[in-house]
Amino acid sequence: MISYIFRRLLLIVPTVIGISICAFAFVRLLPGDPILAMAGEHGVTPERYEILKEAFGYNLPIWQQYLNYLGSVLTGDFGVSLGTKRPVLNEFMILFPATVELALCAILLATLVGIPAGVLAAVRRGSWLDQGTMGLALTGYSMPIFWWGLLLIMFFSSYLGWTPVSGRIALNFFLRPITGFMTIDSLLYGNWPAFVSALRHLILPTVVLATIPLAVIARQTRSAMLEVLGDDYVRTARAKGLSPRRVINVHALRNALIPVVTTIGLQVGALMAGAILTETIFSWPGIGKWMIESILKRDYPVVQSGLLLIALIIMAVNLIVDLLYAVINPRIRVR
Amino acid sequence: MKLMKSLLAATAILALAAGAAQAKQLVFCSEASPAHFDPGPTTGGNDFDASAHTMYDGLAAFVPGSTDVEPGLAESWEVSPDGLEITFKLRAGVKFHTQPYFTPTRDFNADDVIFSFERQYKEDNPYFAYLANLTWDYYQGMDMPRYVKEIVKVDDLTVKFVLSEPNAPMVANLAMPFGSIVSKEYADQLTAAGTPELLSTQPVGTGPFKFVDYQLDSVIRYAANEEYFGGKPAIDDLIFAITPDQSVRAQKLIAGECDIIPYPAPADVPMLQANENLTVLEQEGLNIGYMSYNVTEAPFDNVKVRKALSMAIDKQAIVDAVYQGAGQVAKNLIPPTMWSYNNTVADDTYDVEGAKALLAEAGVTELTTDLWAMPVSRPYNPNAQRVAEMIQADWAAIGVTANIVTYEWTEYRERGKAEGRKGPFQIGWTGDNGDPDNFFATLFSCSAIGVSNYSFWCNEEFEDLIQKAKVTADPAERTALYEQAQVIFKAEEPALTLAHSKVFVPMNKRVTGFVQSPLGDHVFDNVDVTE
Repeated sequence: MISYIFRRLLLIVPTVIGISICAFAFVRLLPGDPILAMAGEHGVTPERYEILKEAFGYNLPIWQQYLNYLGSVLTGDFGVSLGTKRPVLNEFMILFPATVELALCAILLATLVGIPAGVLAAVRRGSWLDQGTMGLALTGYSMPIFWWGLLLIMFFSSYLGWTPVSGRIALNFFLRPITGFMTIDSLLYGNWPAFVSALRHLILPTVVLATIPLAVIARQTRSAMLEVLGDDYVRTARAKGLSPRRVINVHALRNALIPVVTTIGLQVGALMAGAILTETIFSWPGIGKWMIESILKRDYPVVQSGLLLIALIIMAVNLIVDLLYAVINPRIRVR
Repeated sequence: MKLMKSLLAATAILALAAGAAQAKQLVFCSEASPAHFDPGPTTGGNDFDASAHTMYDGLAAFVPGSTDVEPGLAESWEVSPDGLEITFKLRAGVKFHTQPYFTPTRDFNADDVIFSFERQYKEDNPYFAYLANLTWDYYQGMDMPRYVKEIVKVDDLTVKFVLSEPNAPMVANLAMPFGSIVSKEYADQLTAAGTPELLSTQPVGTGPFKFVDYQLDSVIRYAANEEYFGGKPAIDDLIFAITPDQSVRAQKLIAGECDIIPYPAPADVPMLQANENLTVLEQEGLNIGYMSYNVTEAPFDNVKVRKALSMAIDKQAIVDAVYQGAGQVAKNLIPPTMWSYNNTVADDTYDVEGAKALLAEAGVTELTTDLWAMPVSRPYNPNAQRVAEMIQADWAAIGVTANIVTYEWTEYRERGKAEGRKGPFQIGWTGDNGDPDNFFATLFSCSAIGVSNYSFWCNEEFEDLIQKAKVTADPAERTALYEQAQVIFKAEEPALTLAHSKVFVPMNKRVTGFVQSPLGDHVFDNVDVTE
């Protein structure tokens, strides 16, 4: 097990270098130029353009720019945003808890609804329930997130007035962040109404962000369950006279969950992608919204370091999921 | 320990909030996060709303709802007969904000003025490069280094700007956000503490509102400045809730989560106007959408060709279809609300047969050209692609084939400026300071070629007029010069003037006293709310 973890950790090094190259190249391959983007419609004179280019270090050969970048990243310096002039890492740390709070709620919702839905569909295979659930899952999977979010806002917030339109908490609550998690912070302050407000603000973005992972988890659970339900040991369990509930919950589901856990781990990447749109719609101050705005402004330092930091986190989550996998599936530990 | 501190602070804040239960609060759902709160180097309208217009003042200010200039931190000013010296008499007794992080020991004075400008051009000023990659884009963009020779302190309440050549728009420039006055005493305190960067995140100004807190990308909070020289604002708490999506802003307004929103989606405007809880202010924008011909490239070097192509375009149809009632056909480069607008200029009439004849006269047959369409929606042109398609169809009627081209936005402008660019180029402009010079010289002077003159047009007669107008102090004389310049512009047709668009500000009916600014500023000093 120790050597397994060690091997996995070692693999992170080349992956990080690869990702840093990709992120570095990606933002430079985009058409557009950070200096011109900053100058806006006023434009800059060619002389001033050259001065700024030199000041920002964009006149150096590209490989040298990359080596400088890698060098500073290795010393923990992720650069300074061209727009806000703040250290990228500092902004990331401020915004990241908001994204994590939302993503955790979304993955929780997706798992808690997706797995039972998938099990139910598998057990009642071919029934209207199965077809209905899978039809909904397919719809969810193909849902244009932006449209879906606006639709929910218009119905639940503007028309019914049940949920707030956007933001993390009602504006009359003014809590200085402690952990950065609004729900936890409001509890730490002992402010119950603020906690309720934070939860209410989480509802719609959670539903929107959970939609696609929920659909994926439900479909994955269903097919894994179907595979397992046909296996010999399930037939044996049934033959032993166990109750159908026990056969499904203990014998079938526990084995079917193995691929599902991997799927849930892989959804972390999808959540990050989904967060970009969800956070933009719900004015959620997280890293998704931050990244998309930085890309639009051609804020090179933010985009390249932001991508790198996000990739590191996804790798860490996947490592944890794989370790978890080893816990629930003893066979993998042997290898 | 840190947790303990935070909890104590929070209890204090809650206690404060409870005490101020009757406080009047206004929520403005702003369109983007400010870069930071130093009004000198920032360039976006959202930055100005969050810093210059709320927390700072300049020597001069724009009269609310107009582009006329009125006294700000300067009570009055005097221009020397040769136009080379402007002497400002400063207001006495103006206080900078008292904050947990700064307590002023003296009133605003000439040192603050000199510091605020010198940091923008003197490389040895400690604040010239106090943030990483800092650039003073507006100071440069308004051509200040060319005109400002020296800023001299005459006494504590008198400052003299010495210019290297006369410049009539100078005072209007100083009313712009980059002309905001920051506290030298505060800057010195930060330098001594070794934390100059806090000038951009913990602002201290003289303006109507004081900074309270900023939660990155989320909420900015301000409190009324009790000591404001213009009188304490009617609202106690001003909140900016940052809401980047246009449609979501509209929904928040409807749901009562915002009191005022900027820049609604044009498609949402009728819905907002129909809502009985809302008022939608509208005003002619200080802008122009136009299409530049490259006058250095054949056949566009021939004025007859330019005229013919412009005559073939049904501008009214475009304005109706693309601006959807939120625009008007432009016949001049400057909008009708701006002084010196020449209403006697006759626009090109839409005349297909006339266009064909003129094209034939110019000896042009079988013309195929690129037609440039901006990739983004701007206030002066909500949909350049659609405009291009309509022009393409209009030109087909006179036998001209247009191929629509577009690029990413910065790339688009860069290629538009490149020498030898083929084909007419759609672009536009929103005014900075309400001075006609900001349109004529910025967009069509000879020196703007390669910067923002996309027509490569350098007309001696026009250039003489606008340069003379720039150095003339008498408004009547300047008006006459600009009126003449508009006649030449129309006769030479370096660009097709397409449209001026309207700007909307939707708000809750409980808001009173908000005045729409032609410059697109959102200013809250005179705003009140009825409960």
